[in-house]
Amino acid sequence: MNTEKVLFAFFIVLALTLNFGFFLGDIAEPLQHNVYELFAALVVSLVATVLKLGDSSHIGAVFLATSLVADLQLIAAAIVWGAVQGWSETGLTHGTMAAVVSLSGGAVLANVISVVLLLAETLNVRR
Amino acid sequence: MKSNLVYVLFRRLRWPLVVMILVYAVLVLGFVLIPGTDEQGKPWHMDFFHAFYFVSFMGSTIGFGEIPHAFNGMQRMWTLVGIYASVITWLYGIGALLTTIQDPAFRRLMTDSGFQRKVRGIHEPFYIVCGYGDTGRQLVSAFADEGIRSVVIDHEQMRIDTLEIAALPELVPGVCADASQPDVLKKAGLEHDYCQGVIAITGDDEANLSIALAVQLLRPEKLMIARAEDPHATANILSFGANVVINPFKTFAERLALSLHAPGMFVLFEWMTGVPGEPLREPVFTPRGKWILCGFGRFGRAVYERLIVEGIHATIVEADPDKTGAPADTIEGWGTEAGTLKEAGIHEAVGIVAGTDHDSNNLSIILTAHELNRNLFTVARQNKRQNDELFHKADVDLLMRQGSVIAHKIYAFIRTPLIEDFLRHAQQHDNDWANSVVARISAVVTDEAPHLWQLEIGPGQTPAYVSLIGRHRITLKDIRRRPHDRDALLDCVPLLLKRGIKETLLPPDDTEIELGDQLLLCGRREVRKAMEWGAGNADVLAYMLTGEEHPSSLLGRWLASE
Repeated sequence: MNTEKVLFAFFIVLALTLNFGFFLGDIAEPLQHNVYELFAALVVSLVATVLKLGDSSHIGAVFLATSLVADLQLIAAAIVWGAVQGWSETGLTHGTMAAVVSLSGGAVLANVISVVLLLAETLNVRR
Repeated sequence: MKSNLVYVLFRRLRWPLVVMILVYAVLVLGFVLIPGTDEQGKPWHMDFFHAFYFVSFMGSTIGFGEIPHAFNGMQRMWTLVGIYASVITWLYGIGALLTTIQDPAFRRLMTDSGFQRKVRGIHEPFYIVCGYGDTGRQLVSAFADEGIRSVVIDHEQMRIDTLEIAALPELVPGVCADASQPDVLKKAGLEHDYCQGVIAITGDDEANLSIALAVQLLRPEKLMIARAEDPHATANILSFGANVVINPFKTFAERLALSLHAPGMFVLFEWMTGVPGEPLREPVFTPRGKWILCGFGRFGRAVYERLIVEGIHATIVEADPDKTGAPADTIEGWGTEAGTLKEAGIHEAVGIVAGTDHDSNNLSIILTAHELNRNLFTVARQNKRQNDELFHKADVDLLMRQGSVIAHKIYAFIRTPLIEDFLRHAQQHDNDWANSVVARISAVVTDEAPHLWQLEIGPGQTPAYVSLIGRHRITLKDIRRRPHDRDALLDCVPLLLKRGIKETLLPPDDTEIELGDQLLLCGRREVRKAMEWGAGNADVLAYMLTGEEHPSSLLGRWLASE
C-alpha cells in the first residue's frame, strides 16, 4: 500500500470526476452548472498537474501535457465567467454560459485521456 | 541534459507546490462563502475573481486593503487565518527550493549540464586535454593564444577552479571527472565532428593508457597524443592504433646527448620546439669527461643510458640503489651533502645532473656542487613550475622543465606538423650544417625564439595565388616579397617544402611554387602576418608580382599583357 501512488491516482481521478460533474447538464442553462464545482475542478486539476511534474519518461511527458491542457481550458472557462459577470452590461447570458461549459467539456476530454494513460501504466505494472 | 535539471527540481518541489495550491484554494473559497456587510448593513458576497485577487496580495504580504467595503468580523477572522497559513506555506516552499539548490548532487548535475552545454556550443575544431597540471596549463594557454579551442578534464577540483580563474582569451570548458571513463570523454565531446583529437597528459601512466584505449575503441580516427614516463607504458600505448607517445625523460635525455656531440643541432632542435616569444636560448657547450648523476629514477636511467651511448660513463648517486636497480658502482646517498659528492669524485667531475623527483633535493644538490667545484656544468630537473624563480636564480646550465618539454612538443606537433618532417631530415645532417642553419635563422630573428608557420598553397590560406598558379610562374622569391616594397624581401627562412611525398630542405628562392605545396617558414611574427596578408589579398599580390599600384584593373592588365 503505497501512499504516494494512492494520492497520485486519487487526484487524477478526482480531477476527472469534478470536471465531468460540472460539465453535465444543459449547455446553455446557468442554473445547472455550479460555480463552486468549477472552482473545485480547477484546484484539483492544478494539484494533479503538480503531481505529474518530474517524470521525464515519454509517457510522463504526455501525462503532463494532458494535465496542462485541462488546466488551460478550465482557467479559460473561469476567466470568461468572471469577466462576463463582472464587467459586461448584459451579465451571464446563455451564449457565454455555453462558452464556459464547452471549454470545460474540452478539459473533460483531456482528463479522460489522462485517466486512460494512468490505467495503461497501472496494467503494465501488474502487481 | 538541461531538461533533466528542471525535472529534478520540480520533483523536489512537488509537495510544497501542492500544499500551496490547496491553501490558496481553501482561502479563496472561504472568502467567497463568508458574507460581508456593506456600509448600509446589507450583506454582500465576494465573487471568485475578487477573492482570488485579495488572497493573492495578502499571501504575497503586499496587502493593499479591504476591498470594496471594510470587512466585518468574520471576514477579518478568516483573513487572520489566511495570513498565517499563506506566509508559512511560502516559507515552506522557498525553503524546499533553497535546500534543493544547495544539495551537492543537484549542484553536480548543474555543473555537469552547464559543461555539456558549453562543449556543444563549440563550433570550431577543438582538442580534449586530459590533465591540467603544469603541462596541461602551458599547453592550453599556448593553444588559447593561437585561437585553438580546447576542453579540459582533470580529476582535481582545485585545478579546474584554476582554469576558471585563468583569464584565457578563448572559453575553455573544464570538468572535474575521471578522464579514463568513456562517458566522461563522450561528455567532453569525443563524438563531436569538431573534436580533432585527445591529448592525455595526466601524471599517471595507467590513466593515460586507459584514455588511449578508450579513444581507440570509440573513435579510432581521432588524433591521440599520450604522455608516458615508463618505457613499458610507452611501448604499450604505441602497440595499438596510430598514437603519438611523448616520453619527457627520453626526450630530454636525447637532447642532452645531442648537446654533447652536436651543439649546433641542439640549438636548432630547441628553437624548432620552443614557444615563440621566449628569449632566445644561447648555444650550450656541454663538456665531455667525468659526470655525476644524482637520482636513478626513470629520468636518471634515461640520461644514464644516453650518456653511455655518447661514451660517457657517469657515476651514480642514488638513495636506494637496490630498489631502482642501479649498477654496482653506485654511491649510496642523496647527493645533497658534500660528503657523498666528494665520494663520487666531484672535484674531478666536469658535469653533474640533479635528477631526483623533489625540487628541493635538486636545488640542494646544485648549490652544494657549485660550492665544491665552481666550474661544473650543471643539469637539473625541475618538477614543479612554481619553483621557476628558484631554479632561475640557481643558474643551472641546462634545465629540464618537465611540463614545458611535453607541452612544447605537442604544441609544435599540432600547430605545425611539418616541424616533425624537418627535424627528421635535419637529424641526418652533421653539426656544421646545423650551425649554418642556425646562423641563417639568427639573421632573421632578433632576440626572441623564432616563430614557425606553415603556408599551404591553396584556396584556404592563399586564395590570391590560386588563380595565378599554373598560368604564370611564381617562385619562392615572389612569396617572400614585401607587400609594401616589392624589391625587398621579407626576413624569413624557408625551411621545408613538401610536395606530395617529396620533401626539400631549405628550398632556394628560385624554386617554382605549385598548387598544393606546403611550406615551413621561420621568422618573426610580423613577417608571418605580412606574408599572409599578401597571400590573401589579390591586389597586394598583384603589386608584389608586377610592381604597379593600380587596384582592380591591374590583374586584368597583367593577364592581358602575358
